[in-house]
Amino acid sequence: MADVNTGDDGGGKKGKKKRPKKGSTRIDMTPMVDLAFLLLTFFILATTLSKPKTMEIVYPKDVKDPKENMELNFRLANTLILGEKDDQIFYYPGKFKLDTTKLEKVNLSKDGLRKLFLDKNKNVVDVITKLEDQYKNHQIADSTFKRLRSKAKGDDLAPFFIVKTLDKTKYKTVIDVIDELNISNVGKYAVVDISPAEKIALKREIKE
Amino acid sequence: MPKIKMPRSSPSLDMTPMVDLAFLLVTFFMLTSKFRANEPVVVDPPSSTSQILLPENVMLITVDTAGRVFFDLSGKEVRRKMLEGMAQKYQIGFSEQQYQRFSVMGTFGMPVRELPAYINADEKKRAMIDKNSTGVPIDSLKNELADWILQGYGASERDLQAKGLEGKALKERRIRYAIKADGLTNYKKVKRVIDIFREREIFQFNLITNLKGGPADLPK
Repeated sequence: MADVNTGDDGGGKKGKKKRPKKGSTRIDMTPMVDLAFLLLTFFILATTLSKPKTMEIVYPKDVKDPKENMELNFRLANTLILGEKDDQIFYYPGKFKLDTTKLEKVNLSKDGLRKLFLDKNKNVVDVITKLEDQYKNHQIADSTFKRLRSKAKGDDLAPFFIVKTLDKTKYKTVIDVIDELNISNVGKYAVVDISPAEKIALKREIKE
Repeated sequence: MPKIKMPRSSPSLDMTPMVDLAFLLVTFFMLTSKFRANEPVVVDPPSSTSQILLPENVMLITVDTAGRVFFDLSGKEVRRKMLEGMAQKYQIGFSEQQYQRFSVMGTFGMPVRELPAYINADEKKRAMIDKNSTGVPIDSLKNELADWILQGYGASERDLQAKGLEGKALKERRIRYAIKADGLTNYKKVKRVIDIFREREIFQFNLITNLKGGPADLPK
C-alpha cells in the first residue's frame, strides 16, 4: 500500500528534534565592555587630541646695505629693551641718545605694557574696535573684516615697536612681549639685537 | 500580617547601552586624535593667547633649556628623501631597513655621523643617547642644521610636485617652519636657529606656545 506520510505518527518525537531547546538570547557582554574600555583607556593615554597652538611671526629680511634701513620715522618709533630677568623691561620713545634718553621701566601687567601699547596704538585700536563691533553685528563679512583689520594695522602712521634683546634674555620674556603686542593689535614690530650704546644705558638703569 | 513580596530581579543588568557608549567613545578617539609623537626632550613652551593651530606639513625645531637643537619633519616619504639627500652630502651609507626606521622615527638631535647608531638603537638606548646628545650642530663651521633644512625643504618640494599640486592647494600644503623652545631658554639660542633660517631666505615661523585665556574669538 502506498502510505502517505502525514507526519502524524511520532509527532512528539519529531517536534523535539526540530526545535532544540531554546537558549536565552542574551549574551554575557562583560568581556566586550572590558575590551571596549581597555581600548578607550589606551586611546586616551596614547594620543593627543589637540594640536599645539602656535604664534605666527615674520622676521625682517637681512638688509645688506645699512643705509637703506635708516629711513625710519622716529616719531613713530618705540623701543623696548628686554633685560636678563623677567621684570626688566625698559621702554623709550623715539630716537636713542645716550645722554638724554631716559629708560622707563615697565612690567608685564595690565597697567604696564598693555596700557602703554594701547595708548601708543590708540588710533589703530579705535579703528579695529569699530570693525569688531561691525563684524559682531554681521554688518561686514569675514574676509572684509580681516582685510580692513590688516589694513588698519599696517597703516603708514601706525606706531612701530622695536624689541631689543640681550644674549641672556629668556625666550619666555620675548614671547610674552610679542603676545602683548598682538593683543594690542600692534601690526608693526621687530625683534632685533641691542646696540652697544643702549647696553650702557641699560646697565646704568639697572644699577640705579 | 500580609507578607510583602519584593519582585526579584536578576542581578545581571543589560549592558548593551554601556557597550554602545564605550565603542562610540573609542571610535571618537580613534578618529579625532593623533598618536603622541616621541619626544626626546621635555620642553615647556611659554604661553600666549594665540589661537593659530600648528599646520599639517611642518618642520619642527626644538630647542631645550641647554640650547640643544632637535630636528623633526613630518611625512614618511619626505623624511626618507631628506635622509637620502643627507646621506649623499655626507657620504654615509644607510641600509634599506635604516631608511624605513628613520622615516617613522620622530624628533632627533645629534651629528649626522651618529645617526646610524641612533636609528639602530632600541627605545632604552635611544633615551640614553638623547640624554647625552649635543643636539644637531649649529656652529658656523659645522652647520648641519642648515643642511637638514635645505634637504628637508627640497624633499618636501619634490614630494608636493610629484603629487601634482598647484596654486592654492600647493600653497596650503607647503612646508611651514615651527620652533618650539623652552620658556627658560636664552633667546640668543633661539635667535641662532632663526638666523640659520634667515640665511636660507626663510622669514616666517610658527612659534609653538601653550594656550592661555585671552580675548574672545575673532578670525585670525
